[in-house]
Amino acid sequence: MRIEVNGEVREVTATTLAAALDELGWGTAKVATALNGDFVPASARADQALRDGDRLEVLAPMQGG
Amino acid sequence: MREFYGVTLDSPLMLGTAQYPSPAVMEAAFRASGAAVVTVSLRRETGGGQAFWQIIKGLGVHVLPNTAGCYSAREAITTARMAREVFETNWIKLEVIGHADTLQPDPFGTLEAAETLSSEGFEVFPYMTEDQVLAQRLVDAGCRVLMPWGAPIGSGLGLNNRYGLRTLRAAFPDIPMVVDAGLGLPSHAGDAMEMGFDAVLLNTAVAQADDPALMAQAFGMAARAGQMAHRAGPMAPRDMAVPSTPVIGKAWL
Repeated sequence: MRIEVNGEVREVTATTLAAALDELGWGTAKVATALNGDFVPASARADQALRDGDRLEVLAPMQGG
Repeated sequence: MREFYGVTLDSPLMLGTAQYPSPAVMEAAFRASGAAVVTVSLRRETGGGQAFWQIIKGLGVHVLPNTAGCYSAREAITTARMAREVFETNWIKLEVIGHADTLQPDPFGTLEAAETLSSEGFEVFPYMTEDQVLAQRLVDAGCRVLMPWGAPIGSGLGLNNRYGLRTLRAAFPDIPMVVDAGLGLPSHAGDAMEMGFDAVLLNTAVAQADDPALMAQAFGMAARAGQMAHRAGPMAPRDMAVPSTPVIGKAWL
């Protein structure tokens, strides 16, 4: 299916958020996720189903003031 | 000494991590500053986030994640929830921006987000104007730290409204307060601390200095000096001169 990942359209075979993160190379990374604007805790990723057209944000620690 | 949600800080300086020429310069600036708190953000992962996090952890100071760039309570709340998971802290520097030119905090969005986040167990550090009514509403919402601005973010103008800051400080004697944003010089930091604020938070003034580590050290010393001066109890200013050398015993010449 096609989902939007950090603003870019990506093709994934995964059907859950946890599997999609693995597929996209963030399996062990220190990241936080939001799906369609709502926070999805790490503990809920395995049960979080993905749908075509979903908007996924994958955020990581970054510089800030 | 006022505590920040139960934490006593070794230094009254809180320092940001953005805009440095390199990660090594940022690290050197932190070491030189003696800052007790480091501010960080969350952004889309493009590869550098993991290495950056290792550097931050290595600093060994308290981490204060921000919600910088959020223009609505909803955005800020989601960002805060994500930050809590990644940074493993209940501390959140709540920024809900109301205007793109001044980066002035949106008091209504800030209050709305503060209410929700406090109810979820967050320990909120709200970035705010020096408005006393807003301050009371934020305290009512559960905030036990307030962070009034000195001047617009990145402006380096110092304390734009000394009267407002002074009255705010006096109105909430039990609430720890941080002057956040707009500081350009160590003297601004010293000024804020002499007025009785508990800490200062800055970024650009250090990161954009020709020698960030040296400027960081200067800010750390100035903030500390101001803190000591406030504790020491400054003299009251007078309009007329008063001789400091005794008049009695002066010779007739």
